Amino acid sequence: MIIAAVYFVGPLLGSFVFTVDDPVKGFNLSAYTQIFSVSGLWPALQLSLLLAVATIALVFLLLIPTVIAVRLGTPRLRSVVEFVCMLPLVVPSIALTSGINILLRWGTDNLASTPFWDTLLAIQNANFPVVLLLAYVVMALPLAFRTLDAGMRALDVRTLLEAAQNNGAGRVRAIVLVILPNLRGAMLNAAMLTLALVLGEFTVSSILGYTPFAVWIVNGNSAGDGPVTTAVSLVSMVLTWAVLLALSVTGRRKSGATPA
Amino acid sequence: MRSSLRQAAAGRLAVLPLILFVAVAFGVPALAMAYGAFTTYAPGQPTSYTGGNLSASLSGGYLTALEGSVKLSATAALIATVAGLLLAQAVVTSRFEVLRHVVLSASGVLANFGGVPLAFAFVATLGNAGVLTTRLHLTGAGWSLYTFWGLVLVYLYFLIPLMVLSVIPSLDGLRRQWREAAQNNGANLVQYWRFVALPVLAPSLLGGFVLLFGSAFAAYATAAAMVGASVPLITLQIADALNGNVSASASNVALAMSLDMVVISVLVMALYLPLQRRSARWLV
Repeated sequence: MIIAAVYFVGPLLGSFVFTVDDPVKGFNLSAYTQIFSVSGLWPALQLSLLLAVATIALVFLLLIPTVIAVRLGTPRLRSVVEFVCMLPLVVPSIALTSGINILLRWGTDNLASTPFWDTLLAIQNANFPVVLLLAYVVMALPLAFRTLDAGMRALDVRTLLEAAQNNGAGRVRAIVLVILPNLRGAMLNAAMLTLALVLGEFTVSSILGYTPFAVWIVNGNSAGDGPVTTAVSLVSMVLTWAVLLALSVTGRRKSGATPA
Repeated sequence: MRSSLRQAAAGRLAVLPLILFVAVAFGVPALAMAYGAFTTYAPGQPTSYTGGNLSASLSGGYLTALEGSVKLSATAALIATVAGLLLAQAVVTSRFEVLRHVVLSASGVLANFGGVPLAFAFVATLGNAGVLTTRLHLTGAGWSLYTFWGLVLVYLYFLIPLMVLSVIPSLDGLRRQWREAAQNNGANLVQYWRFVALPVLAPSLLGGFVLLFGSAFAAYATAAAMVGASVPLITLQIADALNGNVSASASNVALAMSLDMVVISVLVMALYLPLQRRSARWLV
């Protein structure tokens, strides 16, 4: 336990010392004051956050009807859905990237004179690369599905739906007003994990040549902004952790003593 | 009868968008990758089928990288499985509720957010100009972060949390009664672990190991961000080939390497899923 604590806190402390220890002036916090003025951080972070929000929205749109259907449906439906959601685990993100890469190259070489050309350009738009969005949703599926499905397991969906419908609510209204509020905890969790995934994602975006948050950090580091980028990554990690911790504590309180 | 039929249809309808999405966003690139692995491609030239990409991807430096990846992943996953089990056990048996929250949420961050910030934290701490390295003069003692064991150390940082996350449910499922029953029958702690707990946990431990191996094997960001790592890894090779750093025809070899990775991942998953089902049986 002690060893684990040392091992896990060590590098974090180390990077903190690295950011505040100036070989010339000794201790200073300039790396942290520069965070707000360093060039390129804001656009990169904006792109990441935009992608994260879009990813979360699309994941929910695809998965929430699915998890409800899986709870109400046959075991066969369940195994099909589980299989589909676990598929992305089998293809490492770098392999998926190589597939996307070859498709884009093929498109560039062959679609120039066709009406699809504009579509191809649109999905690669640097301000909002749809290509990345698609890849991120695929990558977030396994984790998000498991989180949401675990949340559904805790509910007696059938009874809830029947009760709502007996009280005169339509099916859609019953789902929106009765099921979703009960899923809030699981949805928050899934959203946070997806956010962490998108913010930290490096593989796909760097190879396809975009500059979201993680790629910006790496580029900044090789450009010699070491302390600042390390400071940024430290702050982002601590913030994400604080949010997850808050979620974990409140989630436990609400569900009482039942193990999650 | 009619209503159940209607429900089944509604269920299928609700799942349809997901299936369609995965088919387009995942299926098409995956198929393109597989197709590209067996063909040659140059603009304006007819495509021809070839096994050359695959054989190239399994020879020379590429094979070294593949072996390097497998070795690194297996080593790191093995250490992380043991360490993760110990840490998770400490968390589960501890009386402090707060500790559990802290460890679980921190594990969530490290296991998912991982990659880049992680590499930097280690470079800043143990790299060539790192805080610890300069303070303790480790370089003189033969330490370098950019070696096989250095990378193992870095990988453990996100593998152990992943193991903790995946094994804690199983540990929660170890019933207190079993422990008591074992004690009543005169078993000591070691015997309890050897004859009761470990056999019950075995599937989930193995499953955890396989999962860790898979994620270490697929990891790219960490190694890429640690510029200067001299350990050959398959993911780095693929990225190099894709970025055109090698040659134009290398991108098809990159696809073949990706296919190699997929094959290994499929094997890994084929091991993992049955194990996961088995561990679920005990832990209802």
